[in-house]
Amino acid sequence: MSGEEFVPLSLTPLLIGTFAAIACALPGNFLVLRKQALIGDAISHVVLPGIVVAFLLTGAISTWPMMLGAAGAAVVAVVMIEAIRRLGQIEPGAAMGVVFTTMFAGGVLLLEQTDTSTVHLDVEHALYGNLESLIWLDATGWSSVLDVQALAGLPPELPRIALTLAGVILFTWLFWRPLKISTFDEGFARTIGIRTGVLGMALVITAAIAAVAAFDAVGSIIVIAMFICPPAAARMMTNRLESQIAWSVLFATVSAMSGYVLAGYGPLWLGGADAVSAAGMIATVSGLLLALAAVFGPCRTRAGAPGGA
Amino acid sequence: MLWQALTLQLGYNATLVAIGATLLGISAGVTGTFLFLRKRALVSDAISHATLPGVCLAFMALVAFGGDGRNLIGLLAGSALSAWVGLLCMNWLTRHTRLAEDAAIGAVLSVFFGFGVVLLTVIQSMGVGRQAGLEGFLLGSTAGMLWADALVIAVGGAATLALVMIIRRPMMMVAFDPEYAVARGLPMHRIDLMMMGLVMAVTVVGLKIVGLILIVALLIIPPVTARFWTDRSDRVVVLAGLVGGLAGYLGAALSASAPNLPTGPIIVLVSFGFFALSWLLAPVRGVLAAVLRHLRFQRRVHIRQGLLALAQGQKIYEPLTIRLLCRAGVVRADGVATEAGKACAAKALRDEKRWEIVRADQAHEATAALYDGLRDIETVLTRDQIAEIDRRIGGPQEVTS
Repeated sequence: MSGEEFVPLSLTPLLIGTFAAIACALPGNFLVLRKQALIGDAISHVVLPGIVVAFLLTGAISTWPMMLGAAGAAVVAVVMIEAIRRLGQIEPGAAMGVVFTTMFAGGVLLLEQTDTSTVHLDVEHALYGNLESLIWLDATGWSSVLDVQALAGLPPELPRIALTLAGVILFTWLFWRPLKISTFDEGFARTIGIRTGVLGMALVITAAIAAVAAFDAVGSIIVIAMFICPPAAARMMTNRLESQIAWSVLFATVSAMSGYVLAGYGPLWLGGADAVSAAGMIATVSGLLLALAAVFGPCRTRAGAPGGA
Repeated sequence: MLWQALTLQLGYNATLVAIGATLLGISAGVTGTFLFLRKRALVSDAISHATLPGVCLAFMALVAFGGDGRNLIGLLAGSALSAWVGLLCMNWLTRHTRLAEDAAIGAVLSVFFGFGVVLLTVIQSMGVGRQAGLEGFLLGSTAGMLWADALVIAVGGAATLALVMIIRRPMMMVAFDPEYAVARGLPMHRIDLMMMGLVMAVTVVGLKIVGLILIVALLIIPPVTARFWTDRSDRVVVLAGLVGGLAGYLGAALSASAPNLPTGPIIVLVSFGFFALSWLLAPVRGVLAAVLRHLRFQRRVHIRQGLLALAQGQKIYEPLTIRLLCRAGVVRADGVATEAGKACAAKALRDEKRWEIVRADQAHEATAALYDGLRDIETVLTRDQIAEIDRRIGGPQEVTS
């Protein structure tokens, strides 16, 4: 395919999908190791009421209020989960289940109650995202990448998700040692003076920010899949955290790229006429990668790696 | 309008939905209890999301064979099949790889759901039309419910309930003490799988009314609510069924009473209402009870410390202590002890000395363990024992300077 076609139509969705996948997979590594993998699931459900409330308050689909609303909803959800878990002595899984289903139901109800026919806001959009529509109309070819005027027409999701990815990488890099120590041995981390509670909260907040930014661009399925599948597959490949993270980034990139390409061109190769959902395809590919890793990965069993552990 | 809805006078469809939702609520509440007590509540999330590809594949198969793509039994059979596959995947991931259960749940739910979405878009591009009903399975759609649909839900719900009643004892045993159950020779993994199978049945039955995203709420919220009120497992099961049924009934009635109130979310919100009330008001485990318990404890500590201070002639500065002592008639408002107060304070100090002896004496080890600074010594020792301790304390002694 020539650059004239590729750059405007496929470059930006590919980049956005990849950035979103990596931004979710990085904190996902720690969440999976800490057995908090379902936080991503919960966050991506509660984002819906946050966005709807933000829409009701501002009356328009604009980015910052929506991001704030989503982040606010995530915080409310975390507080509610903790309140139910601590004060009601309910096990964390059930507390999470109570909160995110209720907030999601609230979001759906609000959405039905308000007139959103004039704007692009519905449950399906929230679930699948609209990766395919994030095209860069001002681009004419590879030369546009250096053209300031054309760059101004980039879909705003791209710089936003790139910024989020940079933030997530910065967080992981800055807090690498404390994160690693407190993930594997929380008691030891506390004795050497790491404030594990604050750090755990920061990790959840980082995950929430990544989820909200990715959700904005690609919908909640990718968010949940990318929080869990690439890190889980990477976990089967190695016993070292450094290489696990490298593997997870690789898996996230491969699923985002090949998922997008398969969704766009797979049906054409099979003789179909229309493309299928890119978000769904990316999640499916990441699942296939996980399945491969679970069957063939060198460190797939609990006993650990050959020669190690 | 609401009253009419509650008494099933809003027409045929509303009545069907209300009855269906009640039955669904009961069977979801009862089944969910075992899942909740087994501490695997979120497994239902994976199961429910894993139904989507099955629904889509069943639709495609039905259309390919020239049938009506919206045959509810066919779609439900497809959803059950893919949910079962998802369940087996999840079980395999947790048992044969190093992944923890939560990661397996997340992986299965996101991948199956993603694949389902892919199939949904494939169906849309098939151009068969009439696929509009499939999106309804995401959030439930009760508007076009038929008599046959209601019958499927009723029969499915009743069958699930009957199965739960038959295997409730082994399930309960596995939920409370898996190791003991294995030692007794129960096939734990098979029972777990059966429990999940029942959850899957409820999920499949509930697809039409609340949809696959919100059915999780009906499986989790009623058991959690019931758990606040009792510590006996059989009562939790019954209460969860009641809460679920009531939420289903009230939710369906509410949603029929006004436009733009989708049934599924309303049912979930009603059951959350029950949950919130229980969380606040339940007698022992509720928040209000905990606050009262804390206040009572605080009052006892303050009074006790205040009395000891009075007995030793120290001045009390803590305003709460003074207020509490004043209300008990022990001191006057200016902090000076009354006659009764002096007696109480002297007794408190003497009891403290008695406790000191008890705690120093090996023979009273069991009693000493009960010391918490608040307990009256008369409640744990006999009069003879106290007299013996008093002898050891002896009478007043001269203060040497």
